[in-house]
Amino acid sequence: MLIIIDHLSYKYKDVVEKDEYALRDINLKIEDGEFVGLIGHTGSGKSTLMQHLNGLVKATEGTIYYNGEDIYESDFDMRALRGKVGLVFQYPEYQLFESTIFKDISFGPKNLGLPQLEVDLRSYQAMKDVGLSEELIDVSPFSLSGGQKRRVAIAGVLAMEPEVLILDEPTAGLDPKGREEILHLIRRLHKEKKCTIILVSHSMEDMADYVQRLVVMHEGRIVLDGNKRDVFAHEEELCMLGLAVPQVTTLTNQLRKKGYTFTKDILTVAEAKEELLLLFR
Amino acid sequence: MIRDITIGQYYPKESGVHQLDPRVKLAGTFVYMISMFCFHRFLGFLFVSLFLGWIIKKSEIPFSYIVKGLKPILFLLVFTMVINALFVDGHIIWSWGILKISVEGIRKAVFMGIRLSLLVLGASMMTFTTTPNHLTDGLEQMLKPLRKLHVPVHEISMMMSIALRFIPILLEETDKIMKAQMARGADFETGGMIKRAKNMVPLLVPLFVSAFRRANDLAMAMEARCYRGGEGRTKMKPLRYQQADYIAYGILIGYIVILMAGLRYIPNLWTIIG
Ligand SMILES: Nc1ncnc2c1ncn2[C@@H]1O[C@H](COP(=O)(O)OP(=O)(O)OP(=O)(O)O)[C@@H](O)[C@H]1O
Ligand SMILES: [Mg+2]
Repeated sequence: MLIIIDHLSYKYKDVVEKDEYALRDINLKIEDGEFVGLIGHTGSGKSTLMQHLNGLVKATEGTIYYNGEDIYESDFDMRALRGKVGLVFQYPEYQLFESTIFKDISFGPKNLGLPQLEVDLRSYQAMKDVGLSEELIDVSPFSLSGGQKRRVAIAGVLAMEPEVLILDEPTAGLDPKGREEILHLIRRLHKEKKCTIILVSHSMEDMADYVQRLVVMHEGRIVLDGNKRDVFAHEEELCMLGLAVPQVTTLTNQLRKKGYTFTKDILTVAEAKEELLLLFR
Repeated sequence: MIRDITIGQYYPKESGVHQLDPRVKLAGTFVYMISMFCFHRFLGFLFVSLFLGWIIKKSEIPFSYIVKGLKPILFLLVFTMVINALFVDGHIIWSWGILKISVEGIRKAVFMGIRLSLLVLGASMMTFTTTPNHLTDGLEQMLKPLRKLHVPVHEISMMMSIALRFIPILLEETDKIMKAQMARGADFETGGMIKRAKNMVPLLVPLFVSAFRRANDLAMAMEARCYRGGEGRTKMKPLRYQQADYIAYGILIGYIVILMAGLRYIPNLWTIIG
């Protein structure tokens, strides 16, 4: 048991009309070591929900338990929580500010109050993890390309060595290779470091490839939650919410209507290849 | 956090006040402000408050929302009142060392307090009911005669509307960057003056970078659409007075006349009592 979200609702203060909740009665339980994907239409409240998990915004109603402790309790150490729940924002490259890449990555661990040696070690490791080469250590982050900046920003959060890593659309605006590298990195963190991962993304293919569990949001509510296969089985509902299933799933569903039979639901190209070969042999 | 500041922000509604021509509202605000300095009696405030209250009601904006606009100037308000109370000479009713409070001082403090509040509330009514674009359009129209004196009216109003347009964007950006840095353990709330100032660096650097980036993008976008200043430029929605605007001008004149006449001919209670 790691994170429990209990009847959480949230309303932006300056929203003029009453009853304009950005989040409504959210209940969610995230276990240790899970790899959760979060999808939803633009404006469904994904980013808002993620910002609750490390206490950046305070719920209007309801509460969150982290390892059994209520994070809104007055004696709860919020700064320690920020170190344990790492949050990579949407377009994180705009938060860079230091004169060199290395200093920028060290900002997080330094704020945790670690000894200098530890700070340096972690920053160095994070830099290697995201695939930034050593020559870049003393380069200004502002002279990098967008994709490289993204990596620096992600490294800045990784260097804090969080238990839970939340990534809000980390691949938005990257080229296919950049996307794959970032997603592989996330998978590696999940496998090797036993990080709990929450990934927000608009790409159903990425979700089908990487996550285990899938949560679907719509207008501030959680509407579907479960194993990704079970969630992607609801093709019609997802389409109605402005979402979709992976393209190969659509394809195989169409084929099925034409009378072909498959042994299981197909989510990825690799699975489709196997099944199709079986059919046409 | 920062988004709590309401003063100067447009409050969308479809009321009659919202739909008035911005020139009427500018003139109205101007007259309203001047009128505040034309009397020295509390009776004037009664009348001005009634007038303002009527406009607030017409504008359909919740009263509590408007009063929130006073929060940023609360310090100034209290400061003005305390200074006035302590340093105006007159019939002393309380003293302690060099500090003296006189009857006149209290009267003056209350007077100034009400005047300042009404000034701010009145001025904010204009920005609550007028979009920044409308406002600068109106201003540009009204200042047009100054072009004869080689004042770059169009450029000034363009700069103003861009600046106004950027305020909410920058506030939002500040909020976002602040959260992103707090997620990395940054602390903007504790520590002494110097430490706090130093802690602002992770906020200010990205903010400036993004402001310059946005300015650059905007300049490019304007250029790409062949912007070349005000010469020969026409408007998609030129300002035209409607019937309601003439009525509003009439009400404005009525306001001034009644205020002046009332203050002249209604006897002064203060002197009767005093
Ligand atoms: N700072 C804010 N102030 C007021 N309302 C906001 C603010 N940020 C978001 N909202 C509102 O809250 C709702 C949820 O927004 P949120 O950013 O969480 O959506 P999202 O699911 O992350 O969308 P996207 O996929 O576009 O990132 C939206 O309706 C939005 O209008
Ligand atoms: Mg979002």
